[in-house]
Amino acid sequence: MTKMLNIIPEKCTGCMQCELACSWVQTGTFAPSQSLIRVYVFDEEASYAPYTCLQCDEAWCMTACPVNAIAVDESGGAKVVMEELCVGCHLCTIACPFGTVFTLPKTAKASKCNLCGGDPACVTACPTDAIEFVEIDKAGDWFGPWADKVHGSYLEASANGGE
Amino acid sequence: MGNRLGGWTGKLLRVDLSSGKSSVEAIPEDWRREYIGGRGLADRYLYEEMDPTVDALSPENKLIFATGPLTGTPVPCGARYMVVTKGALTGAITTSNSGGHWGPELKFAGYDLLILEGRAPKPSYLFVYDDVVEVRDASQYWGKGVFATEDGLREETGLPNLRISCIGPAGENLVRFACIMNDKHRAAGRSGVGAVMGSKNLKAIAVRGTGGVDVADPEAFMKSVWEMRAVMKDTPGKQAFGELGTAATIDMTNTYGGLPTRNFQQGQFEEYENLNGNAIKDNRLVANKACFACTIACGRVTKVPGESIEKFTVNTHPRNWKMAGEGPEYENAWSLGADCGVGDLDAVIMANWLCNDLGMDPISMGATLAAAMELYENDVLTADQVELPLKFGSGEALVRMTEATAYREGFGDELAEGSKRMGDKLGHPEVFMGSKGQEFPAYDPRGFQGMGVAYATCNRGACHLRAWTPGPETSGEMEPHTTEGKSEWVVQEQHRSTSHDATGICLFVGAAEAGLETFVPCTAAATGIPYTVDDFVKIGERTWNLERMWNLKAGLTKADDTLPKRLLEEPHSAGPSAGVTVKLDMMLPIYYKERGWDENGVPSTEKLAELGLASL
Repeated sequence: MTKMLNIIPEKCTGCMQCELACSWVQTGTFAPSQSLIRVYVFDEEASYAPYTCLQCDEAWCMTACPVNAIAVDESGGAKVVMEELCVGCHLCTIACPFGTVFTLPKTAKASKCNLCGGDPACVTACPTDAIEFVEIDKAGDWFGPWADKVHGSYLEASANGGE
Repeated sequence: MGNRLGGWTGKLLRVDLSSGKSSVEAIPEDWRREYIGGRGLADRYLYEEMDPTVDALSPENKLIFATGPLTGTPVPCGARYMVVTKGALTGAITTSNSGGHWGPELKFAGYDLLILEGRAPKPSYLFVYDDVVEVRDASQYWGKGVFATEDGLREETGLPNLRISCIGPAGENLVRFACIMNDKHRAAGRSGVGAVMGSKNLKAIAVRGTGGVDVADPEAFMKSVWEMRAVMKDTPGKQAFGELGTAATIDMTNTYGGLPTRNFQQGQFEEYENLNGNAIKDNRLVANKACFACTIACGRVTKVPGESIEKFTVNTHPRNWKMAGEGPEYENAWSLGADCGVGDLDAVIMANWLCNDLGMDPISMGATLAAAMELYENDVLTADQVELPLKFGSGEALVRMTEATAYREGFGDELAEGSKRMGDKLGHPEVFMGSKGQEFPAYDPRGFQGMGVAYATCNRGACHLRAWTPGPETSGEMEPHTTEGKSEWVVQEQHRSTSHDATGICLFVGAAEAGLETFVPCTAAATGIPYTVDDFVKIGERTWNLERMWNLKAGLTKADDTLPKRLLEEPHSAGPSAGVTVKLDMMLPIYYKERGWDENGVPSTEKLAELGLASL
């Protein structure tokens, strides 16, 4: 069991305090465009979904990196970018199925959630407890049913001829 | 951190819409110190650069968008920007404030202020992506609503994170109380700033910023932010606004006989429970929504069921009615509800939604319609002048006339001028409930005496956000119906709220018990200037006097610091505020004296010198 970010979208009000906190910790400035957690706004449903790296067991970003610049943080299990090794090839950003590896505009190097070394700033900053840092064996209770639902839609679509 | 300044970007973007040319200028450091930002700084620029006597809808009027040093930072509710210009409704200086995400985005793009001048030769929008600034063709958006304009601009540019501030058809049609909308449902609402933007042929300002906001002393800053969050965290105000929205206030104002009803003919509305925070929460709320960096989340996202939608006639919106919209908040639940005698929440939500999409101030919309309803009920307006009966309580009239006003169709063309001009034209000036041409918001000064002097003296016309006397008048600090202490309190509060507005954080942090004492340290740590509460009060007073001097130069006089006869001479006949009239003749001289103004309301030379305004 490792501690993971568990996101509860129903509690999110879309205030972006997590983006502010993340960019502050990661870059030393308040710049949501450089945050490694992003709040996606579904305007018409009035729904807000923060998303960030799920710290996959089999991390494709890690597998894809040609220079082994992404490693597992032994203490917390986070997949972390070693900036001095990164050559800025963007392969990891393409490999990530969730789109949660970014490149920083100033350095062109990869940047992804490193769980702030075990004390995630987004969790502390969230005013509605929509982001938790808890011991779970995968990325949150909400994720399993949601994945099943998506998979179900996929099977249904396949059965209908792939439409 | 030495003498490094933070919070501000220190730059302003100036765009001449006539030529399409833009330039970036440094903002003088002494002006930043003396006015902080937002309202204060923009006031200073307007005073310096513009002749106050120009027509509000002429190219000579300037339109300024101003953020503060705390906009775009994690200080709770650091979302605000201020629109400063000559108001199309009032002819006075106006300072219209909005939240959402647009203001922070302007900061991230690298600008504290945006000054727009001239008039574009054809419908245009301004595109700002960091240092890329372009005036672009907007003919395909002209005539479209706010929501379609926002969606269209994101699609056209391929930038899903674009933040957009724009006008709807009401702004294009120069409706006197058109507003500027951003993030679809947030409004710089009052005094007709949207008509000014429309007169400049400017449909939208689309901004994307990839930079950040730096602060002067990061350690002290984050400490002050967490101290502020701790102050606000478990307060009853924060809980109530989060759970019930600002409409939670209806119960209080109704209890005191201060909820203006049917164009201020009564002070209580018998159907208030259909419109209050609980009614919205229990029946129509989808979610509550926050602006940028907001820890309160008073925004109401609501949905109206299909059968209600079909009850009302709307010609231009056969689509999208199942879409979630925002509102109503307290003011709109009142103006579109109680003031028009409408107790049907769905009608109010739909009118509110139309105001958002068409880009109109729901306060002035509802209040102007209420004045027309009074004329209709008194047979001044006849059935052949209006397309449907303007009876108090008619949800059908409310929804349809809101739409007709934005497009200036039929009698909507009269409503679009606001209740002052409409009343004058129809020979019944007494139905106008407002001051300096601007309709009152949702507090009856006969229930809350202090609001009388607050309304009469507000520089931008009737406004509840400069000195909210129902606070102390219901807490036991002051008696609601007497004049004692009111003028003095209003003067002090006008100073405090004015400097508050200069920082870029929302006034509603006050509802969560965070006053100047709480966020002045945030401003000091962010900017690197060791501001104190006394400094803020002085800055507020300086700004207030600057606005007053601007208004005097624009031609306003003591005669504009007044209230309608209904408030001064006609008490309510029933309810908790029965028998009370507004004693403005007692409060106004004290107000002037307290301010160091002469008996005509002109700031004395000594007062101006004391505030560093001798050169005015």
